[in-house]
Amino acid sequence: MELKANNISFSYNKKRQILKDFSLSLNSNQIIGLMGDSGSGKSTLCKILAGYITHYSGEVTLDGNKIPDKGFYPVQLIFQHPEKTMNPKWKMEKVLNESWTPPKELRDTFGLKDQWLTRWPNELSGGELQRFSILRAINPETKFIIADEISTMLDAVTQVQIWEKLINHAKANNIGILAVSHDPELLEVICDDILYFDEINNL
Amino acid sequence: MGKLLEVNNLSISFTQYVQGLNRHDTKVISDLTIDVGESEIVAVLGSSGSGKSLLAHSILGILPYNSHVTGEIRYNGNVLDQDLKEKLRGKEICLIPQSVNFLDPLMKVSEQAIGECKNEKEHDEKKIRQREIFSKYGLDESVDDLYPFELSGGMARKVLLSTALIGNPNLLIADEPTPGLDAKSVKETIEDIKNLREQGKGVLLITHEIDVALKTADRIAIFYSGYVIEINTVENFKNVDNVLHPYTKALINSLPRNGFQLTEGVQPLEDLPGCPYWENCPIRLDKCKDNKPELVEHDGIMIRCFNFKGANDGA
Repeated sequence: MELKANNISFSYNKKRQILKDFSLSLNSNQIIGLMGDSGSGKSTLCKILAGYITHYSGEVTLDGNKIPDKGFYPVQLIFQHPEKTMNPKWKMEKVLNESWTPPKELRDTFGLKDQWLTRWPNELSGGELQRFSILRAINPETKFIIADEISTMLDAVTQVQIWEKLINHAKANNIGILAVSHDPELLEVICDDILYFDEINNL
Repeated sequence: MGKLLEVNNLSISFTQYVQGLNRHDTKVISDLTIDVGESEIVAVLGSSGSGKSLLAHSILGILPYNSHVTGEIRYNGNVLDQDLKEKLRGKEICLIPQSVNFLDPLMKVSEQAIGECKNEKEHDEKKIRQREIFSKYGLDESVDDLYPFELSGGMARKVLLSTALIGNPNLLIADEPTPGLDAKSVKETIEDIKNLREQGKGVLLITHEIDVALKTADRIAIFYSGYVIEINTVENFKNVDNVLHPYTKALINSLPRNGFQLTEGVQPLEDLPGCPYWENCPIRLDKCKDNKPELVEHDGIMIRCFNFKGANDGA
């Protein structure tokens, strides 16, 4: 499958344009890195690709077709701060099963401990919560993962664990990944190819 | 050299109501000992959720009401109690908070950086300094009138950094000042922290980014599950054979440039009777399960492990 962004332009207000004629293509067998300065609009692009922002010009297509806005959205976004993406009044079990019910083997692969399921989000660390975000996002209908700085807040040991598991799962299930990060060393190791945001944004 | 900050055997726990009136104590920091001298940068490096930020919050006296603190913190030799903390914070001791959520969402960022002023004159003076610092970090005048929600993550972090530096502190506590910043801004932040050292100031740098610690600090303390497990010099961190604790070794080996090696295991949720790393440790001994190692000195290195001598033979 191919995820394509064609000539995307976007601005939050009239003062400053964020994206201009931005194009990008990603195949399901690929892991592509995206690097750029802070404030350049990387996260905005991620939200457009994952369908969070809809009032942009240009188009996002999957194998040439527009992505329907009904049903499960095949492009899933994982954020930098998992604690901000979870209902603080839900226990982790409910958070985890929000999109689908990940089987026990998958929970074990990602190092999710059963005792975490009865906790509230504020009782777990960022690394623990990020494992939940990833499991939640790899619904069987997911075709692409947009990983927006998902390991920036984690320590080096957890960073390896999370990327290794996510990449193995993506390769085995033909899921494409767009990995957004500031860390060139990390992207060198995990990606097939690296794109530089400012070079493809025509501002 | 005088010690600017000394923390001795600090422990922090929280009391929480679990169900109804059942109370539960959660220990977050246990037996933490660390010091920062003048013209010195000490990094506290720990995985996420290990309680590093609470160390910063306890030094500034901004822990929530349900926390319980034991141990002692000294500043310039004086015991730092709540009164002294309130007197010194924002002036001699400043904090760069971790989360961008520390910004007031209803206040323009320039006014937050300037902070409380007694009169117009003080405000005008501080305004000039705020402008200087903002422009140093590449925040132009249009940023002054923005509200926090209009900033990107990196810009917000620069605002937090500027806010701390306006007070001209002696001791700076930087709680994760760099994640989410682009390479250029990280470099600037590192340079700024180093500049503070040149001016004779002490910096306690709390971070999970080992690169930032290596580039800035003189000494690095490794924090794991609430315990300091090793305090070692930056020089020794450049070679995996010169660090003693098995977790420290795993940390160095997991860096992308050192092979991105996978080490399984997560930190325990509860305080264990024995060594906090027991569950994942490759060189554990029988006694490690039920006995807690103390932080001891070995060749100028502080280490909390019964079997650190076996670490290099085994691996």
